[in-house]
Formats: sequence, C-alpha cells, structure tokens
Amino acid sequence: MIRIENLTKVFETPEGPVTAADHITMDVPDGEICILLGPSGCGKTTTLKMINRIIEPTSGRVSINDEDTTGMNTTDLRRSIGYVIQQIGLFPNMTIEENISVVPRLLGWDRKRTRERARELLDMVALDPSAFMGRYPGELSGGQQQRVGVIRALAADPPVLLMDEPFGAIDPINRAVIQDEFLRMQSELNKTILFVSHDIDEAIKMGDRIAIFRAGRLVQYDRPDDLLAHPKNDFVESFFGEDRALKRMQLARVRDVMEDDVPVVRHDDDLRRALELMDERGYHYAITLVNEHHQPVGMVMRSTAETRRGKCGEHYYGVDALAHLDDDLRKVASLMFSHDTTWLACVDEDGRLAGTLTQRGITRYLGATYRPQE
Amino acid sequence: MDIITFIADNVDVLVNRTIEHIALVAVAVGLAVATGVPIGIAITQSQRVANIVLYIASMVITVPSIALFGVMIPILSTIGQGIGYVPAVIAVLLYSQLPIIRNTYTAINDVDPALREAARGVGMSPMQRLRMVEIPLAVPVIMAGVRTAVVMNIGVMAIATYIGAGGLGTFISRGISQTDPRQLIVGAVAVSLLAIAADFGLLGLQRRLTPRGLQRAGG
Amino acid sequence: MLLQSPQRLFYGTALVVMFLLGVWTEGSGFIDEFLYYRGDITYLLGQHIELMLISGGLAITFAVPVGVLLSRPRFARVAEPAMQVLNIGQTIPTLAVLALSMTLLGIGRVPAIFALFVYTILPIARNTYAGIKAVPPHMKEAAAGMGMSATQMLFRVELPNALFVIFAGIRIALSVNVGTVPLAFLIGGGGLGELIFTGIALDRPVMMLAGAIPTAALAVVVDMVVAAVAFLTVPKGVNPLRNPA
Repeated sequence: MIRIENLTKVFETPEGPVTAADHITMDVPDGEICILLGPSGCGKTTTLKMINRIIEPTSGRVSINDEDTTGMNTTDLRRSIGYVIQQIGLFPNMTIEENISVVPRLLGWDRKRTRERARELLDMVALDPSAFMGRYPGELSGGQQQRVGVIRALAADPPVLLMDEPFGAIDPINRAVIQDEFLRMQSELNKTILFVSHDIDEAIKMGDRIAIFRAGRLVQYDRPDDLLAHPKNDFVESFFGEDRALKRMQLARVRDVMEDDVPVVRHDDDLRRALELMDERGYHYAITLVNEHHQPVGMVMRSTAETRRGKCGEHYYGVDALAHLDDDLRKVASLMFSHDTTWLACVDEDGRLAGTLTQRGITRYLGATYRPQE
Repeated sequence: MDIITFIADNVDVLVNRTIEHIALVAVAVGLAVATGVPIGIAITQSQRVANIVLYIASMVITVPSIALFGVMIPILSTIGQGIGYVPAVIAVLLYSQLPIIRNTYTAINDVDPALREAARGVGMSPMQRLRMVEIPLAVPVIMAGVRTAVVMNIGVMAIATYIGAGGLGTFISRGISQTDPRQLIVGAVAVSLLAIAADFGLLGLQRRLTPRGLQRAGG
Repeated sequence: MLLQSPQRLFYGTALVVMFLLGVWTEGSGFIDEFLYYRGDITYLLGQHIELMLISGGLAITFAVPVGVLLSRPRFARVAEPAMQVLNIGQTIPTLAVLALSMTLLGIGRVPAIFALFVYTILPIARNTYAGIKAVPPHMKEAAAGMGMSATQMLFRVELPNALFVIFAGIRIALSVNVGTVPLAFLIGGGGLGELIFTGIALDRPVMMLAGAIPTAALAVVVDMVVAAVAFLTVPKGVNPLRNPA
C-alpha cells in the first residue's frame, strides 16, 4: 500500500512561493491502479514525482508498505519503484536489452539473470526478444518504444509503479491497444500503480480509483463509478462534463444490469401461452423465443399474440443484435440505437440466453444512484 | 620537376617535420581534452559560471596566434622557455579550450531532459548518469570540438615555426626568407594535406565513437 | 555590491589585474620603452587596418552573391560539391595560403590582400548558402502562395531570415582575417606583424609586445564591432540573441 500523508510542495519562484501540492493525503491499496486526474498545473504530476523524490517534498510523508520513505536514500528508493514517463526516455545510446537491464544492472544482478529477465519481459508485451534485444530505440515505432518503457520500469519487479501520462504521446488507436494490453498485464502482476492522466476516458477505463486534483488540492478520491454518480462539487461535476451519465455507462457491464430471470417460449408453444406469460410479467412489448439449445432466435410481439392464432414458431421476428455479458452499457446502448430497438437479448459465451436488457432497465440502473440518498 | 627532386632529396626531413608537427598538435590537444572536457562538464552546473568561462575562452580564441606567442614569450622567458615548443603547445592548449569546452558544455546541456529524468527515475546516481547516459550521448559532439581544435591548431603550429617550435612550418618560413618556391610549395601543400587528412581522419573517428543507436538519427 | 553579479566580479578582477600589471610595467621601465614605438605602432596599425578592410570588404561583396547564387535552383547541382570544396579549403592553414599566394604573385601588398581575400570568402559564402537553404520550406511556400516573384522572395523572405547565419559567417571570416593580417608582413604586406616578427628575431620583447598587444586588441575590437553590427541589423524576429527564449 502507498500511504501519502499531508504531502506538500511549495516552489519558490521570482513571483513568490507557489503551492503546487497542498497537504495531499490518500491511500492506494495494494494491486490497484490509482489515476491522478486534473487539468494541467493542478499538482497531479508534482504529487507523483514526490513519491520517487524526483521532486523533493516540502513537507509530508510517503510510506510504501508501511515503510516511511522520507529517510531513504533516493537512489535506493528509485530503484525499488518503477517509473514510466510520457516522453518514454529510452536511452538512445543503449540497445533495447541494455535499456531494460538498467535497473537490474544498477542493482548488481548477474548477466544471465538480467538477460533472462529482459527476454521474459519482451515476451510479455509480445515483442520477439530475438528480434528486439539488439535493436536501438530509434529503430522502434512509438508504440513499441512505449511498451519497452513500461517493461523497463518493471524489470526489477518493483511492487510500485509510477506512470506520468505514459500513453499520452501515442496515437488514439494504438493507445487503446496498449491500454488493453497493460490492463491484461496488470491483472497478472497486481502492482500498486499511481498513474497521472489528463484524459477522462483513460482514467475511467484504467482506474480502480481516481483522484481529482485542482489547484494543488485533492478534491475528490473515489472509485470511478462513485465519482461519476456523486461528484462532490461543481468542479468535479463540470470536469466530467454534461455527459457523465454516458461515461458511467462504460463502467457498467451487461451482467450487472440485465434482468436474468426471464420467461421464454419455444417454437412449438402456442401463441396463447406467450400471451399468458407476458400478462403474468406485465410485458407490454414482446417475449423471447429460444431454440433447443436455449439460444435466442427471435421474439414474439404482444400485438401478434393478441391478434393471431397458432404456434410461436410461425409468428416471430428474428433477432439481429445480441448483448454479451461482458459488454459495457455504452456498447449496448449503441446497439439499441442502431437497431431501433429498446430491448436486447443477452447471451453467455456459448450463445445461450442469460437474460434481457431494456432501455428502461438501463435508465433505472443509472438513475438509481442519482436519486437523493437518505 | 624541381619540386619532385626537392622532395626526393628531403624525404627524411619531410617525414621528421611531419611527425614533429603531428606530435606537437597531438600533445597539446590531448592536454586540452584532459582539461577542457572536465571544465565543460563542471560548468553545466551553473549557467553564470558557464557564460563567464565561455566568454573568456572565446576572447582567447580571437587573439591572433602570433600575437599570443608574442605575449607569451616574455612571460615564459622568465622560466627560460620563451622560444621553442613550450609556448607553441601552450598556445594550442589555450586555443583548443573554446571548441572543446563549448561542445562538451552544449552537448551535456542539450541531453533531453526526459532522459535525465528517466535516468534519475531508475535510480542512477549523478556520476552513473554522467557515465552511462550523458557522456555517451555527448561524445560525438565533443569529438566534433576536438576535430575543430586539431584542424585549427595544425595551422597555428605551422606559424609557431617562427618562435622555433619546428614542424612543417619550417619549410614555409625558409621558403619565404630564401624566396625558394620549392620549399614554399612543399611546406604549404604538406601542411594543408595534413590538416585535410586530420579533418577526415577525425570525422571517421567521430563516427566510430558515436553510439550505434544515435547514428541513424544523427546522420 | 561588487559580488552582486559574476560579470561584475569578472570585470572587477580584470581591472585590478590590469592595474597591478600597470604598476609593475611602469616600475620596470616597460612603458617608456613601449612608447618609443608609438610612431611605428600608429603607422603599422594603419596599414594593418587597411589590409583588413580591403580584403574583408572585397570578400564580403564577392562571397555573399556567390552564396546566394549557389542557393538558386539552377545551381543546385554544383552547390553541394562547391560547399565540399569550401569546407576543405577552410581546413587549409592560413600560413599555407599565404605561401601559395606568394609563389603565384610574388611579394608585396597584392599577394597579401589576395591571400586574405581568398581565405575570407570561404566562411561567408558557406554561411550565406547554408543560411538561405535553412529557411523553412513552409515560409517559402507561404511567400509563393502570396504571389511573390523569385527575386521578391529572395529579398523579403530568404535573405532576412538567413541574415543571422550570414553575419555569423562574416564574424568568423573577419576574426580569421584579422588574425592572419600580422602574417602578411612575412610576404611583404606590412602591418603590425613587422614589430612582432622583428621583435622575435631580434629578441626584443618590448618591440614584440608593441606589435602583439595592439594586434590582439584590434582582433577583439573587430569581433565586438561585427557582433554589435549583427545584433543591430538582424531583424528582431529572427535574431536569437534578442529573443533568448
């Protein structure tokens, strides 16, 4: 765990002292990614850099795993913390292998172990070691360089990682790929990570917790969903924007929102049975039709059931859009809009019906947290 | 024809004077590297000191060589070294300071701040940072300074023949005083070729000393 | 207050050293002897400056147009080889240039001026060419887009933007020139070199210094004057010294 207590930085400038970080206090639990978010000059980067003392704090304390770092030798401290910066900062005079091996070498690891570690890390980010070990940073694309920047920070397996807008210089498409890759790595590595960003979507996507900074102060520190649902003040609210409800939709998964106990009909059920089930549940719209594998194949409309006679299998509309359990609500809403429907069947990995999701259900889910709490 | 026979007759003198010339420049520039590089690194610590040091060095370099010799002779005479190779070596040493100090200073100063931060971030001490990152990156630029210094001072050393330092300038000085075109041309061509050769040779060395990772970017 | 800025400290120290030097030289009778050469100094300094101005002036008027011409598209093919030749030419020691000039033209003022002229051309032509070439293409594109002719573009866009680099070349060239003028004496060109070389030959330190000190002072002054002229003539927007950003 990283515990930050009353961390303060005052810069002396010709125009007088400027407080870049003002009594910042926060805890980052083990294995979580904490995003420091805010407009430029808000103190997020200063706070981050005080942790490995690239910037020396004016006052306050940082402890890592209950050990106070104040008295620690800075070079020892830094070697035990991974550090990734936006400009990547790969040393152009060293090969990729040498770059990755910097910290292990500083720590006095033997050649063999260092080399194996470099290979292992390159494998982890899907860069072929035999092709990349001997290359120089100038020969790599921006995305490849940033991957190397990240694994260089991981080389000595530090428990804590500091990242200063690590993906900021990468084009949007590659950024999304690297973010996903990084999240996948993190799910195995379980590092405790402090991550500076000014990109709200990145923060919501990557963060287990988000700390909002403004003018040197920590304004709010919460889980992303809580932040979006309950912004503490106007600043946080306007920072996330008018569309914060839509942003929250990224955070919710289909499995959390869908109605899972849903009635179904089969091909050879009578339409009257369908109407009965709809009446029982008070459905005004339609009921799902499944095949013998319990996979949704269509829906029987209430209007049809009320006016026609026969088997369900003779009077249904096919479904052309399905929601998967791990899709986020934003994707689901997009599907609904593009298919002009207010209803979607949700399926598991095997394509079996797991539940249904309606626009009403989504708005109720999102709306629930906005209602005044008692 | 005259010239060819002159060269043939004086081959050993020509070789000796060339070696002498190279040795004097090499010793002086060698000493200049040994002093200039540490000075260049040291002054990166303070912009003000750097400005003063570079100002003085650039003033020294504007002083014409023969005037510098002229000023040095009476001073060095007090220790019995007024004439000969000592003032010549000292002059070259002084002249070389500007290109070497300036290039070292700029090269170290120009190291991308992101790299410096990365080096600090991975826990390098200031000395490790200098040794593993800053100096390797600065070497090509420092070498360019050495190259400038060598080429310039091959010319200065030629003039130093007038204060008895020897070297290839001797052919020219005798050629002038005896109005002997053969010696004039041999001296002038030899010293020119030496300068051109040194320029190319050091360019090659500069390229070889450039870390491989910088070659593509630096050209 | 003296310690307020390092510059002041520097000038202060220099002043004190000079004063002590003055006391010492006066005591040793140096100044009297130095003043004995007053007439020679004035006369030779005149010659010295004349050599410099004639060769330098000719070189500037010749080299700048050459540099401009080489930067024109129709000379593109010869420009790079010509620059290579100029670069190599600059490595040739000054004494060698004087010696070669003497073998061609004999002794006297003409070969001296010729040698100085040739040697001064090199950095100016090179910097003029490089300065114009370094004008960003987008600037020229904008100028062309406004409908400027090639000549208008040269005088309104390319030259003003290259001026700083051209002046840097002139400064280097004149500094080398003024450093080479004393050598002109060797091939009969006159100038302060006479006092220096004769002083060395006769082992007369004061005579030597009577030549060396004004030579050195002149070199420093010329350098400062060129720097000042450059500072004042280069347009503010493209003068890095005026915008230390």
